[in-house]
Amino acid sequence: MSETAPQPKTAASNPPVQPIASNLLPSDVVRISATPNVPQPTRQLEKVAKLIDVSKCIGCKACQSACIEWNDTKPEVETNVGVYENPHDLTPNMFTLMRFTEWVNPETDNLEWLIRKDGCMHCEDPGCLKACPAPGAIVQYSNGIVDFIHENCIGCGYCVTGCPFDIPRISKVDHKSYKCTLCSDRVAVGQGPACAKACPTQAIVFGTKEDMIAHANERVEDLKSRGYENAGIYDPAGVGGTHVFYVLHHADKPSIYEKLPDDPRISPVVEGWKGVTKTAGLAVMGVAAVGAAIHGIFARANKVDEHEEKEAEKLVSSGGSDDRGAV
Amino acid sequence: MARPVYSEPGDRIESTRPVTVSRYRGFIRANHWVTAISLILLLLSGLAFFHPSLYFLTGLFGGGQSARWLHPIIGVVLFVSFMVMFIQLWRLNLPTPDDRKWLSQIGDVVKGNEENLPELGKYNAGQKFIFWGMTLLIVVLIVSGIMIWEQFFGDLVSIPTRRWAVLTHALAAVAIILVFILHVYAAFWTRGTLRAMTRGTVTGGWAYRHHRKWLRELAGRRQNGPAE
Repeated sequence: MSETAPQPKTAASNPPVQPIASNLLPSDVVRISATPNVPQPTRQLEKVAKLIDVSKCIGCKACQSACIEWNDTKPEVETNVGVYENPHDLTPNMFTLMRFTEWVNPETDNLEWLIRKDGCMHCEDPGCLKACPAPGAIVQYSNGIVDFIHENCIGCGYCVTGCPFDIPRISKVDHKSYKCTLCSDRVAVGQGPACAKACPTQAIVFGTKEDMIAHANERVEDLKSRGYENAGIYDPAGVGGTHVFYVLHHADKPSIYEKLPDDPRISPVVEGWKGVTKTAGLAVMGVAAVGAAIHGIFARANKVDEHEEKEAEKLVSSGGSDDRGAV
Repeated sequence: MARPVYSEPGDRIESTRPVTVSRYRGFIRANHWVTAISLILLLLSGLAFFHPSLYFLTGLFGGGQSARWLHPIIGVVLFVSFMVMFIQLWRLNLPTPDDRKWLSQIGDVVKGNEENLPELGKYNAGQKFIFWGMTLLIVVLIVSGIMIWEQFFGDLVSIPTRRWAVLTHALAAVAIILVFILHVYAAFWTRGTLRAMTRGTVTGGWAYRHHRKWLRELAGRRQNGPAE
């Protein structure tokens, strides 16, 4: 293992024959959950991205199969309830899911079958990481991958609260949170994600973010030339852009793709909770506790004197009547 | 026998020379300490999740995972024990006209000039504030807490609701810690108070100084003899 893996530029390349050293290191981390002032890495990895072109997707679920195989997860076999989604939702064992929508285009009156591959978007500004209370349970690498470090996860579900896309799922077995890793373990050795590698129509492609944007622009142009005048890129700025992004033929209406958020951002409620509430709250509690302790030690105590003990005896022996009369 | 106005039926003068007065019987004291210990454990485990600089407190519970599952269970214990205490204490914590006068003279309270203050029943307005403050905040905390209890109630409310619940839970937690500090401080500053929750009794002088109407009623009841 002398050679270090190259940074992947595509998912199509074949794996190396010789073992090679990982090229996605702990020192490449730019953000760590519940950890302020993370030392910034000395090198900047090239930003990577997975592009999902929904117009090319045929709904074959090869991506799901590849994901299950590579991550060695075992999603439960479920019951067919008359829809194509299988399983019914993202689960701790299913990191990506084809979501199917039957949509009638009001302009053409055509039925359009919209298929969206759902999963972690790998936000540049990740809500999960912001919400997480456990130091080191969520990290973001300089290439844009947001990864859960399960040994540090405590299963509180705050990442679910923080995520604008409803992605993380908490396992009922080990009480840890799971989601797509963007195959960080494959990227580390110069490979693209398993789903992209398995996709038969190249609806999922992987490479540097720059290349993927260029490719997406070509695709948008092509779609426009075919009459999809609202075709466009879904790379939402509200979360700083994402490292998994879409080409949509109806980019003006993301929500028709099985509730893809129109303008996702970390909720202001979450920002307020993790921001001013924490800092101000801690300060107020600290001041109150220290103030009470100091005052308790140095201030004059409220003491009962001998006179009052005597008065009490008088009052009791008189059966509750004293100079103020009986009650 | 008519229900006493300023005291619980169980409160009584235990001895006369010197005067000692029974303020809390064994059960309510034991229950109070269940509540108190639960609150302290909740405070320690909750603060660990509240701020990264306090995450080390999870070590007291055997790590983050154990702190995460213990916290809500202790919360349920606290809720139940506090509700029992609520049933026992709420009646004498209802506001009275004397409370307004007491509050308007809060300066005399802080300076310890109790001779200027109105005579009071079993609780003063400060104690009542703590009682009702705790009651309100505990209800808010248990309700918002269940909404964010991932292990058993992960699907109970929608994610946007959950965001409000987690914010509410954090704010209410800060508030209850402030009330808790006030409660402990006041019990400590007003010397002779702590024994009401340990031995269950207070001295006659303490009762005379702080809760004279309460003492007077007990003295009158003793004079008239028990009803049996």
